[in-house]
Amino acid sequence: MSEKYDEIPMAGNIIKPGNATEYKTGGWRSKRPVHIPEKCLWVKNGTCGLCWIFCPDDAIRLEEKDGEYVHIYDYDYCKGCGICAEQCPVDAIKMEDE
Amino acid sequence: MSKVTSAKRVPAEQITIEGLTGDAAIAHALKQCDLDVLAAYPITPQTIIVEDFQKFVANGEVDTRVIPVESEHSAMSACIGASAVGGRVGTATASAGLALMWEILYCAASMRMPIVLNVANRALSAPINIHNDWSDSYGARDSGFIQIYTQSCQEAYDTTIMAFKLAEDHDVLLPAMVCIDGFILSHNVERVEMLPTEAVHDFLGTREPVLPLNPDDPITMGPLALTDYYFEFKEQQDEAMKNVPKAFKKVEEEFEKMTGRSYGMYEEYKTEDAEIIILTHSTTGGTAKAVADTLREKGEKVGVLRLRMFRPFPTEEIREILAGAKAVAVFEKCRSFGAASNPLALEVRTALYDLDERPMVADFVVGLGGRDVPPTTIVDGIRKTEEYLEKGEAPLYETLGVRK
Ligand code: SF4
Ligand code: SF4
Repeated sequence: MSEKYDEIPMAGNIIKPGNATEYKTGGWRSKRPVHIPEKCLWVKNGTCGLCWIFCPDDAIRLEEKDGEYVHIYDYDYCKGCGICAEQCPVDAIKMEDE
Repeated sequence: MSKVTSAKRVPAEQITIEGLTGDAAIAHALKQCDLDVLAAYPITPQTIIVEDFQKFVANGEVDTRVIPVESEHSAMSACIGASAVGGRVGTATASAGLALMWEILYCAASMRMPIVLNVANRALSAPINIHNDWSDSYGARDSGFIQIYTQSCQEAYDTTIMAFKLAEDHDVLLPAMVCIDGFILSHNVERVEMLPTEAVHDFLGTREPVLPLNPDDPITMGPLALTDYYFEFKEQQDEAMKNVPKAFKKVEEEFEKMTGRSYGMYEEYKTEDAEIIILTHSTTGGTAKAVADTLREKGEKVGVLRLRMFRPFPTEEIREILAGAKAVAVFEKCRSFGAASNPLALEVRTALYDLDERPMVADFVVGLGGRDVPPTTIVDGIRKTEEYLEKGEAPLYETLGVRK
């Protein structure tokens, strides 16, 4: 809440395209997904990826470099819906209170 | 700021005089306003506006894209789209049609689209009724539209033209509703003086959109604004409304230069020394003035304040005019069920509340569903008001002209 009413664009128009990334929605979260790499199929052998497919907020990145697989959360956008934890077939994600 | 154009008095020989219904007069005005888009659905008693306009388009008299939509909800939606890319846009509706636009009215106003909407005031169901009262546009009074109520076909024609200039003023950028009484004005023929089209074009100029949709410079319109910013956008909107009176005055001054005609936010008629002031609008204002004339002949100090602008409500000015009277007799064609009184009287009472010495306000609901409001009904109200003055109190409201 920085700008006053007469300092912001008219009618709520968003006058710069592609700026949704500046709108961090992670603050809405009441529960946080915590990843347990030891159990995760992606980390083990680069398969599965269900959490990445299902996350509605694009808050999970599964990366691969030189045969190493890592799972990264982008907590700036994770709203804590718990879908990733629900979908994980090996319970490699648990939801903790913020 | 609205663009100041070099309006000059239009010579008499360039004026076309015709006998036109209120609807036809509005259709002619819309034709001369050089619309880019008109999206509308025909509904009684507005139908002739759209029919006539379609004829103009079919005959190649005007270069406007008409979108014949399947409902009024779509009509206003299409208008918003067209207005968003920078077009000059008009539409018209009445009654149930306006009710169906309801959701989109708020979008038009909140997105700051200077659309002009002509309303032929008509009652709302049920029972179904096609005749005049003000329930439809009063229901939309908080939508963020400017609302002007007109009394004659000439006034409807003139006001429609002025409405575009007002709405498109960069200090305003709000949609405007120009209302006529259904059938009483929409279908009655009166003498109308029409300007040459070039004069209207010069007066209005082309619309200069502030933030239009443009594929080369993309923006997002009408996005989500939650607890973080919604309130601020409403503050902007309110500010725009507050700018209306000043902008309207400028528009009227220029129009007056061209035509010699101007109307103001309200019309004062014999109010100067009036003890009882009748407050009403639209065609009822005409009847009220005739009643005032007759009663004046008998030495009764009666005047009329015919409101034209209901949104924004000219609170300060009205307060000043009414302050000196003993009583204000409000005549309105709308009932706000369950309210302390009715929309017009509620507004008047609020405007007067802070005065140390307030005139008494008597509120009369008349003419619902097109029930005739003859001079005798107005006189009835005046007589009742006199009784209430004597007693020292008036009821919050009462109905006149209903079988009791
Ligand atoms: S909790 Fe929901 S938003 Fe957060 S990472 Fe999991 S699926 Fe995505
Ligand atoms: S769903 Fe579970 S196992 Fe599959 S990649 Fe995501 S965290 Fe790993």
